Amino acid sequence: MRWSAVLAAGGLVVVCFAAAVAAEPFARVPGGRFDSVLPVAPKVYAVEVAAFDLATTAVTNQDFLGFVTTHPEWRRGAVPRLFADDRYLERWQGPLSLGAALDPEAPVTGVSWFAARAYCANAGARLPTWHEWEYAAAADATRADARSDPAWRQRMLDWYATLGGGPLPPVGRDVANLYGIHDLSAGVWEWVEDFNALLVVGDNREQGDPDRMKFCGAGALSMRDREAYAVLMRIAMLSSLEARYTTRDLGFRCARSPAP
Amino acid sequence: MKLIALGFALSATLVGAAPATTYPDDSIYQLQVALTDQQGKAQALDRYAGQPTIVSMFYGSCPHICPMLISSVQQLEKALPTKERGRMRVLFVSFDPTDDAKRLAEVVAKHGVDGKRWTLASASADDVRLVAAALGVRYVQLPDKSFSHSTILTLLDAKGRIVRRTESFTDPEPEFRDALSQALH
Repeated sequence: MRWSAVLAAGGLVVVCFAAAVAAEPFARVPGGRFDSVLPVAPKVYAVEVAAFDLATTAVTNQDFLGFVTTHPEWRRGAVPRLFADDRYLERWQGPLSLGAALDPEAPVTGVSWFAARAYCANAGARLPTWHEWEYAAAADATRADARSDPAWRQRMLDWYATLGGGPLPPVGRDVANLYGIHDLSAGVWEWVEDFNALLVVGDNREQGDPDRMKFCGAGALSMRDREAYAVLMRIAMLSSLEARYTTRDLGFRCARSPAP
Repeated sequence: MKLIALGFALSATLVGAAPATTYPDDSIYQLQVALTDQQGKAQALDRYAGQPTIVSMFYGSCPHICPMLISSVQQLEKALPTKERGRMRVLFVSFDPTDDAKRLAEVVAKHGVDGKRWTLASASADDVRLVAAALGVRYVQLPDKSFSHSTILTLLDAKGRIVRRTESFTDPEPEFRDALSQALH
């Protein structure tokens, strides 16, 4: 019994070590209650978020190159069409080379939800949920919820204006927020685990018209208040995606739940 | 002993990320998900590989839409000649990870679906998200534990490739019916 416990613990250390090498640093986001811009049920906005760890930066080209080096099935040209469209890792020079034009420390983009999920799973982590992402992004450098500050909104809106498929700056340039997390309001669009939950929040299940049922939550995007606009743009973008889609400005970061 | 279990769980996550290669590269059957059917038996997503299959998602305690969805597929079946109907397979994956075999079996019995050709299955929350993503199904669990979801019927060919999808499940367009007849012919 004693030996098996020791062996098991040894095995566990190896597993954890492998995970630690692959992953970016994580910062703890304490749990809390906040109002999401999207209702979780008709007229219900309050969301309880449990404490979680979020990567302080998005996954970089260099990080992702390391992943595909050890996981050939996720290389460009090898990944099945089910899991990524034909623009997968489009910015890279080749399946295993970034090319001189690309900053290795810039966020990796052109990754599908499947690929992002596989990367995080390999790092002993997962993708954040939308509510986790939104909750963490509500903070500025000093406040947990800075969303009513016009400066907070303006930063996000300014960032949207910079997008357009051009070269991306390295991660971590943006000042860290209260939790030590970078680039949530400027950087790249980021996948979340439940991207395909974002449009079905309304409750039209009682309605008989199939056309209205197919997008149960389309009405949820009617704006709750103008201040939510900056965040709703992100939701609109994510909800337009299919899991295999990739774009030049869409990356991801990993999250994990604290050990119980 | 707990440590051993945890170690295994972590390794399983690492291995589970690798897509399989035995199916065409656009086949849904490449997904590695663990399903449990209405008899409590473990099944893979490709359990009906080799036969044209209609796939959809539902949940056991769904009050209105899911029963309509099941009836719609039964209507589609009814319209087929006996021989073709015998070839058709149906796989419904539940949004609700707490749907156990008992609840799934209740749905099978209530609707009188042919358990030899129909599988109602549940999976972990993680695997449900994966299946929905591959099928383009959108869903969210509401605070009262019910689910809000899009309703899509997907026709797969024998190798798990999507032949056709319809969101007009109560009255699928002629193209969907034609594709189904053709696949079963």
